[in-house]
Amino acid sequence: MAPASESTVQCREVSVEVFEQGAGRPVVFLHSGEGLAHCGPFLDGLARSGRVIAPSHPGFGHTALPPAFRHVDDLAYFHLDLLDQLGLEDVVLVGASFGGWIAQEMAIRSTARIGHLVLIDALGVRHSTDETAVEIADLFALHPDEVARRSWVEPQRWQRSATQMSDDELLVAARNRESLSLFAWMPCMVNPRLRRWLHRIDVPTLVLWGEADQIATVDYGRACAAAIPGAVFQLIAGAAHYPGVEQPAAVASEIVRFAGLPACVPASGAVLAGASAQAAF
Amino acid sequence: MRVWQFTEQPYHPVWDAVPGPLKNILPNGHIDPRIAADLYDQYLDQWQMCDDLGINILINEHHATATSMSASCTLPLAVLARTTKKVRLMSLGIPIANRPDPVRVAEEIAMIDCYSRGRFEMGFVRGAQYEVFAAMGDPVTQTRRFGEAYRLILKALTSHDAPFDWQGEFFQYRGVNIWPRCYQDPHPPVWMVSIGAGPGAWIGEQRARVATFLTGRDSKKLFDAYRRRWIELGWGMAPPEQFGYMAMVAVADTEAEAKRRAWHIAGYTRTQTRLAPQFNNPPGYTPARFVALDQRLRTDPAYVAESRTVQRSDGSRVPLYDATIDDLIDAHVVFAGTADQVFEQVRAYNRHVGGVGNLLMMGQGGDLSHADTVDSLQRFSRDVLPRLQELRVDDYEPAKASVQPIAA
Repeated sequence: MAPASESTVQCREVSVEVFEQGAGRPVVFLHSGEGLAHCGPFLDGLARSGRVIAPSHPGFGHTALPPAFRHVDDLAYFHLDLLDQLGLEDVVLVGASFGGWIAQEMAIRSTARIGHLVLIDALGVRHSTDETAVEIADLFALHPDEVARRSWVEPQRWQRSATQMSDDELLVAARNRESLSLFAWMPCMVNPRLRRWLHRIDVPTLVLWGEADQIATVDYGRACAAAIPGAVFQLIAGAAHYPGVEQPAAVASEIVRFAGLPACVPASGAVLAGASAQAAF
Repeated sequence: MRVWQFTEQPYHPVWDAVPGPLKNILPNGHIDPRIAADLYDQYLDQWQMCDDLGINILINEHHATATSMSASCTLPLAVLARTTKKVRLMSLGIPIANRPDPVRVAEEIAMIDCYSRGRFEMGFVRGAQYEVFAAMGDPVTQTRRFGEAYRLILKALTSHDAPFDWQGEFFQYRGVNIWPRCYQDPHPPVWMVSIGAGPGAWIGEQRARVATFLTGRDSKKLFDAYRRRWIELGWGMAPPEQFGYMAMVAVADTEAEAKRRAWHIAGYTRTQTRLAPQFNNPPGYTPARFVALDQRLRTDPAYVAESRTVQRSDGSRVPLYDATIDDLIDAHVVFAGTADQVFEQVRAYNRHVGGVGNLLMMGQGGDLSHADTVDSLQRFSRDVLPRLQELRVDDYEPAKASVQPIAA
C-alpha cells in the first residue's frame, strides 16, 4: 500500500487538507460533520483496494472558511472542481452523514467523474410531507449525551471529553462544528429541494446504514435508497450513525465488493511498516 | 443622569414548580394565561406609573423562556407610547439579526415614534446565545446579518424621496418605502449592547449609544474602548449620555428591607444558569478558538468562567449567578439600600467608569412583588433621582486620563 500523506491543496483560491493513501482506482471519501476523527482504520481498509483521497470540506479541519460559502451547494461545486483539478476518473465517491449529503448534491449535478456512489447514513434529503415530522435528529439542539447515545452503539468508547483531546483536536472539533452549523443549521441538515432531483443520479449507488442509527433511522435510510434509481440498500450490524468508525472492516468490504475494487492493490512504492491513517481533521 | 425602569417580565410562578431548564425546552403548557395576564398588567402598570415618576421606560425581548414573557419589545412599547405622555421609551432591544424582516422592524419603529410624538429610542441587540435556537438564522453569520439589517433599517428610516431596492447578502427587497416615517429627525437615537469591551470601538464608530448589563467594574473597559475610538476619530470626549448601565436596584426605608428586595430581583441572575448545556455555546456564536479554549479551561476544576464573574472592590472575582447581595453591591451590580446608600452606590460606580449618563434600572426582577416594586420605584423617584442631578462633570474627569490614544 502506498504510504499515507497529508497535504494542503488549493483549488480556485480555496484551500483544504487532503489525506491520501493507497494506489489504484480513486476512492474519494467525504467526511461527516465530525471530520476524520476515528476514521483511520476505515480509510486504511479502503486503501488496500484503491487510492483513497479524503479532502476536508472548506471551513473544516485547519483551513479557512471562505467568506462567500454559505450553502451546501458551495461545497458540492467545490468538490466537483476538486475532482476536475485532480483529474480523477471513474471515482468511487463515498460520503458519510453530512458528507453523504454533499455527495448527493454533487451527483445530481454531474457524475462525469463518478463511477460509483456510496452513501453511509447520508443526510440531506427530506422525505416526509408532514411538516412536524422529525426525520433527522437535531444535532444542535439535543443534549450532547443524547446525541452521543443516538450516534453510537458504544458512545462511551467514541465520545471523547476535552481532557482526552489535545488543544489542536479541540480547535478542529470546534471549527468543524462551527462550519457544520453554517451549512446545516436551518433547514436542519436537509435541502428540501434535493429529493426532487435525485433521479438525476445515474451511477450505481449503494446506501449503507447503521442498523442502530438514531440520528436518522433505518426507515429513513430505506427511503433514501428508494429515492435514487436502482440504489442498493445494505444494513451494517453493530453500528449506529457512524458505521465507518464502528465497523470499519465491514463497511470497507461492502464498498470494495460493490464497486468491484480488487481485494488488495500491490504497493507501487515502498511500504512504510505500520503506516496507518492518522488524519488530523 | 437619566433613569430607566426595566423588567424582563418574568413568568416566575413556574420557577420553583419545575426542576431544570427554564429556557427553550420548558413547554408553555406550564403557563396559566390568567396569571400571565395579571403579571402583564402589573409590569405595564409599573411602567405607566413611571410617566409620573420621571423614570423612563426600557423594554427588551426574549423567546421561549419562563424568565421573560416579553416575546416582542415593540408591542408593549406601542401600548405605552399611547398611554404615557412624558417619559422616553427604549427598546433594548430588537434582535435584528434574528428577525427575518428588517423592513417590518423599521415600520414598527416609525409607528411607535409617531404614537409617542418622538419619545422613542431604538436599541438593537444581537441577542443571547440561546436565542439563536428560536431564530432561523445560523449563528455563524449572525454578526454579518446584524450589520446588514442595521444598515437597511437606517436607510429605510431616512429615505423620504423615493422607494429604494436592496440586494444584500441576507436581505432582498424591492421598493422599500415605509409609511409612516419617524417623528424624530433623522431618526430616534440608536442604542447597542455589549457585555465585553471588544465591540466598544465599533459601536463608538456608529455613534450609537452603548449599554452594558450587570458588568460592574468591567464596564469601564467597554466605555473606555468607545471613548478611545471617538478621540481617534477626532470627535472629542464622548459625553456620558452615550453610555448606559444596567444594575438591579432596590430602595427601601431600611437597608435590610432593600437587600431583601434585591435578593428577589436577583432571581434574574440565579435563573440564567437554568439552561440545558446544548444551548450554552451554539457553534459560531462564539468563535471556534474561544470555544476550544473554554473547553480546555473547563477541564480544570478550579476554573471559573470569566464571563460569568464580576469584580469585587478588592480585585477578586465572584460568579455573578452565585453571589450574595453584599457581593453584588460591592461589585456595583446591585444598588440597594436606603435612598442615601443607593445614591452613594450609584455615585461610586459613576466615578469608577468615568461617567455614565443612563442608569438602566432593573427595578423589578425575579419574583419581586408588585407592591414592593411600586414602593421601591416611588422611593427612587422621590429620594434618589433628584440627587443624581448633583453628579458633576467632575465625576467624569478620571475617564480622560485612561482614554488617550495609544502612541504610535
